[in-house]
Amino acid sequence: MSKRFLSGNEAFAEGIRLARPDVISAYPITPQTIVVERLSEMVEDGSLKSDFIHVESEHSALSCAIGASAAGARAFTATSSQGLLYMAECLYYASGGRFPIVMMNADRSTALPWNIYGDQRDSLSQLDSGWIQVYAENAQEALDLALMSWRIAEDGRVSTPVMVNLDGFVLTHTYETVEIPEQTQADSFLPRYVTENRVDFDNPKNLAFSAGPDTNYIFKYKAHQGMLAAKAVVTETESAFADIFGRQYSGLLENYRTEDADYILVTLGSIAGLCRETADRLREQGIRAGVVRIRYMRPFPNEEIAAALRNAKAFGVLEKDISFGNEGTVFTNVNSALQKAGVRIPGYDFIGGLGGRNISAGDIEQIYTDIQNGTQSVNFIGIGGDGNGKQHS
Amino acid sequence: MKEIIWLGRGGQGAFTAAKLFGAAYTAGNDAHYALSFPSFGPERRGAPVRAFTKLDEKPVLDRSQTEQADYIVVLDDTLYTPALQEQLKPDGRIIVNSKAPIAGTFTFDGEAVAAEFRLPTVNTVMLGIVSALSGYITEEQAVSAVEGYMPEKIQARNTGAVKLAREAVRK
Repeated sequence: MSKRFLSGNEAFAEGIRLARPDVISAYPITPQTIVVERLSEMVEDGSLKSDFIHVESEHSALSCAIGASAAGARAFTATSSQGLLYMAECLYYASGGRFPIVMMNADRSTALPWNIYGDQRDSLSQLDSGWIQVYAENAQEALDLALMSWRIAEDGRVSTPVMVNLDGFVLTHTYETVEIPEQTQADSFLPRYVTENRVDFDNPKNLAFSAGPDTNYIFKYKAHQGMLAAKAVVTETESAFADIFGRQYSGLLENYRTEDADYILVTLGSIAGLCRETADRLREQGIRAGVVRIRYMRPFPNEEIAAALRNAKAFGVLEKDISFGNEGTVFTNVNSALQKAGVRIPGYDFIGGLGGRNISAGDIEQIYTDIQNGTQSVNFIGIGGDGNGKQHS
Repeated sequence: MKEIIWLGRGGQGAFTAAKLFGAAYTAGNDAHYALSFPSFGPERRGAPVRAFTKLDEKPVLDRSQTEQADYIVVLDDTLYTPALQEQLKPDGRIIVNSKAPIAGTFTFDGEAVAAEFRLPTVNTVMLGIVSALSGYITEEQAVSAVEGYMPEKIQARNTGAVKLAREAVRK
């Protein structure tokens, strides 16, 4: 184990090196570029024995990864923003074909207005593409997810691709101390990928086929079951990870001081740390504040969220996303979890950080005040309500 | 938490200094945590650049840009304005690479030291100055960061610059 002062991108690339993918196919895009650069340097200097395929677009990047996975290879790609949207068609081929590809996405704003800075509208727009989606908070978690995601994706009960999301710039370009495991540790955690879901001349089979109305829905049902099975596999994987590397993660979400909290802020990604710090400060003032950090958006932690919020007086969702004409997608998902569990507490949506706009400690304090006092259903930080005027009933 | 803002122009290595300082602070000390990051966005040679170093004895959770710093380090004196004083904490200091004194700041002729080591930029010179004035990192830590994170062929000249800058402050 060694310690290095690395950016989120560099830490993630180190995790991928340890995972020994057979094939890397990627197209550079800000703010993901450094991952692709580092991996190509590692291949060049021989410290990573992968076939690195330079492609002409993101559509081709994921197509190559699908082809490699269909040949039984461990395949990696990385993208961001418009690149993710450009490869959207292929996302469904990868998940529908049950190819356990791992992709890193540097969360970035979507055009127009064109903008290279971070928000989460790119990945959240692809929640229905059949990929497991996980959001890292810091560089260490990013590196660790680079290892864990393969084990989850390749588990025979899951066989589903994983998208690991790092907030653009705030995480991808921020340097911090990261523990880099030994290759022997990584190898014992993540054995080589072996699958029957591949082209095999000795055992010919049909891959990536058509399925008509009579059977198509069965494949979709099974993809759904595979995704649901990932819930238990995430827990098992984290437990095995802790045994080898000594770092224990908390499953689909991370609760912070929620047990006795009156007011809980639900969020995801790198802003969670500042939310926890703000909750601590509010507690010193006698306000019982808590934070839920969603780690996995798919599979979605319905039961866990309901359990965390059940005894709160009110909650808010802070997200870098808006589904125009409705509300933030994370808010929709959280409300659905509460409705199914019969939890009836007021909740408010806070849209922030779009196009890389800073979210300050003061903004988060104001959010807690709004949760306490009640506000409009959908609020744009620094602007106000969504103009819809709808009050939460 | 201790916070440093680095101000320079694209190509001067302000962010490299920010990164080295964070790496130095955490070098060989598990109780130390740091974040270093540039002002995000497109990079252009010659354009003003900001970079940030945050240091603490617990994990640094606030990833937002520093608004009030303990030190502001200006690598190019044409970027200094008196308005920078408002971005300082009450006991904060501004350090400027400048041949001429500037009221309300600590000035140091970084180019003289850089020239001695045939360095095209003053970033590691100023790193040496801040390390000596602040006491946040030791000389050994500063040197270990240069050796750990700069290309081998320029390490010796940069560690030389760090040491000479620190010596100049002590005098």
